[in-house]
Amino acid sequence: MKFDDEPVPGYPLPILPGHTSPGRLERVLRAGEFAVTTELAPPDSADPEEVYKRARIFDGYVDAINATDGSGAHCHMSSVAVCALLCRMGYALIMQISCRDKNRIAIQGDILGAAAMGVCNMLCLSGDGVQTGDHPQAKPVFDLDCMSLLEIARTLRDDSCFQSGRAIDSAPRVFLGAAANPFAPPFDWRPQRLAKKVAAGAQFVQTQYCYDIDRLQSYMTQVRDLGLDKEVFILLGVGPLASARTAEWIRSNVPGVHIPDNVIDRLKGADNQKAEGQKICIEMIQQAREIEGINGVHIMAYRQEENVANIVDASGVLNGRVPWHPRQYEQQTLHDYSEHE
Amino acid sequence: MHLLYVCGKKATTKLIGAKTMYKVRLWSVRHAGLLEKVYNAVEKCLVRLAPVFERVGYERVEKPMALIEKSVKGVLFDCQMCGQCALSSTGMSCPMNCPKTLRNGPCGGVRENGNCEVKPEMACVWVEAVKGHALMQSANNLNEVQFPVDYTLKGSSSWLRVAREKAAETAAANSDDALTSDKV
Repeated sequence: MKFDDEPVPGYPLPILPGHTSPGRLERVLRAGEFAVTTELAPPDSADPEEVYKRARIFDGYVDAINATDGSGAHCHMSSVAVCALLCRMGYALIMQISCRDKNRIAIQGDILGAAAMGVCNMLCLSGDGVQTGDHPQAKPVFDLDCMSLLEIARTLRDDSCFQSGRAIDSAPRVFLGAAANPFAPPFDWRPQRLAKKVAAGAQFVQTQYCYDIDRLQSYMTQVRDLGLDKEVFILLGVGPLASARTAEWIRSNVPGVHIPDNVIDRLKGADNQKAEGQKICIEMIQQAREIEGINGVHIMAYRQEENVANIVDASGVLNGRVPWHPRQYEQQTLHDYSEHE
Repeated sequence: MHLLYVCGKKATTKLIGAKTMYKVRLWSVRHAGLLEKVYNAVEKCLVRLAPVFERVGYERVEKPMALIEKSVKGVLFDCQMCGQCALSSTGMSCPMNCPKTLRNGPCGGVRENGNCEVKPEMACVWVEAVKGHALMQSANNLNEVQFPVDYTLKGSSSWLRVAREKAAETAAANSDDALTSDKV
């Protein structure tokens, strides 16, 4: 999918009225398309090819790729670097910013730097506690929280100044996102927390893994009652479970992920648990599309990244649309060239 | 007992134990309504005392006041003396006790039983906050976005600062009234 006013695919798009970024994710969402995003597991490596390889498997199936920032408090290549490498190739990136490792001085510097390198989307997160990661001895920073981070990022963009009030010359043109978890207590306050994030500057949210459509429905009812579905784009987090054992492990070891018994039973009863896990994921995507206020899905397929394309394909949510990717441009030029010949 | 109050949080924890401290903290949230009334009374007194503080000098009052505040709030709330108290916006559950010091609501890692992601044996500070907030009368809105902590204020008395600001506001309002009545 190439926009009419696109200079060279992958270059910053003209910013349309009412838009805040020159990126394609905002374009896709505001055009009313059902967006698909996914997550790239950053390598434990200094080799750029590792990053390219991991992005390439999503080509043609996703509108944007999240670059995680030390997810699970584990050390990996930084999100800024992953974004820098991939933005140069024209990919649409969502840079995750966690408050765990950096204070407000470092974070504001990263926002400016990343925007300068072409990052159009930023996801403001509090971050996992250091205790959950591979360096539990590390100092947890948490100078900001996701809410104050959102507000600071918005101030940088809309008021062209740092938190200190000092002016900046050129504001970062970014589309701001946040995380939401409808599946963790206090349930009744979760929609209000979303409202708070919207008030702080969130334009889109990506949710935690959804395996419980009933709980999602009741959350979304409250969200719609608050009128939030009109103010923020909601991308539902989904992901394939590899087996019943993995599901049970996640349920008891990853706080905030809620997997109901019926999902685990269904996996247990299947001949091919991996295939069943994907099937559940595909059904979840199809059900999500029918819910008013859900504008897309965020597929987190940890260690199953190669299956994202199949899942998107089987769900049919792209409706024939092919999100732009660097090789499409190459293929297109080759095609044009041969036609010309 | 008096010694215990003056010693502050660390020494108190040593003396009465972390478990008791935690229990007291939960008690405070359950009695958020009562504590709110007590605080409002204290604040009124402090605002009235403003002229005295003015004469003595706020800098001189700062240290003893911070010490009193630290002792009282240390016991009741496990106060960390961030210097910009948010208790009235957080249902009397101190957000600085969250391992991520989140001041704007719970993270996504809250466990099914309402406990903390990082410290599984502790109730989530924000699950408690929502409960405490429901018991308070004139509590500030939980949905108000809290600014990030100003670390230059760490260790200073939040009570004194609020009282000073309120006294200044009242004085400004009075002088405005005086001005308008002059014109009339």
